[in-house]
Amino acid sequence: MQRTYEVMFIVRPDILDEDLDKLIAGLEANITQGGGSIKSTEKLGRRKLAYTVKKFNDGNYVLLTVLADGSLVGEIERRLRVSEPVIKFISVRMDEEEKRVAKIKAIRATRKKLSAQPAAAPVEPGPAAEVASA
Amino acid sequence: MADETSTSSAPSTSRPEGSGPGGSGPGGRPGGRPGGPGGAGRKFFRRKKVCKFCVEKIDAIHYRDVRLLQQFVAERGKIVPRRLTGVCTTHQRGLARAIKQARNIALLPFAARY
Repeated sequence: MQRTYEVMFIVRPDILDEDLDKLIAGLEANITQGGGSIKSTEKLGRRKLAYTVKKFNDGNYVLLTVLADGSLVGEIERRLRVSEPVIKFISVRMDEEEKRVAKIKAIRATRKKLSAQPAAAPVEPGPAAEVASA
Repeated sequence: MADETSTSSAPSTSRPEGSGPGGSGPGGRPGGRPGGPGGAGRKFFRRKKVCKFCVEKIDAIHYRDVRLLQQFVAERGKIVPRRLTGVCTTHQRGLARAIKQARNIALLPFAARY
């Protein structure tokens, strides 16, 4: 069962840029090999942490949006836990939330149509009347 | 933060007026505002609080937008209760979840320093 997950992790601030890229590339390779696919990778850059984590006060945030199995996410988490430069991570399941938002949007769209109809209605009788006269 | 001061002042007017079960609340206040509970002419116009998420049609409360979440977190890092912010139940639930997730990834503090 493939689901959408967001995996966000913080890499220690003293890491070199190329090492960070290597780390991300390695993770991506892991995901694709494990049968998942990557929707997007985003480096959110360096940010101040709200509290001290492993004696660091800031960190590099990275966000991965992944389409994967639950077991694969478990594997990603395990890898993040053992990889030394990663100081914190969180993985959040997004598909249900996305579904819910889509549903709300759809409902809102139908409502808009209803409200649009009375405005459109006066226009319609014109052609209709013409058809009737013709 | 000016927003918060206005919201926090609102419940103090509402409590004596509601003649609620909280006996200590009204007991402590009448000294400051004697005309509040009984007087028909209300001095303080209290704006109806509305849910920000309903009004602005924000569907997804995401743990990543710190700017948004920060409006609903007190100075010390606590989640501000619904009765102060006016957020509806559904959105408060999602909001609390998002804030807790944000805390977990160090975007928001569990407890602000000093």
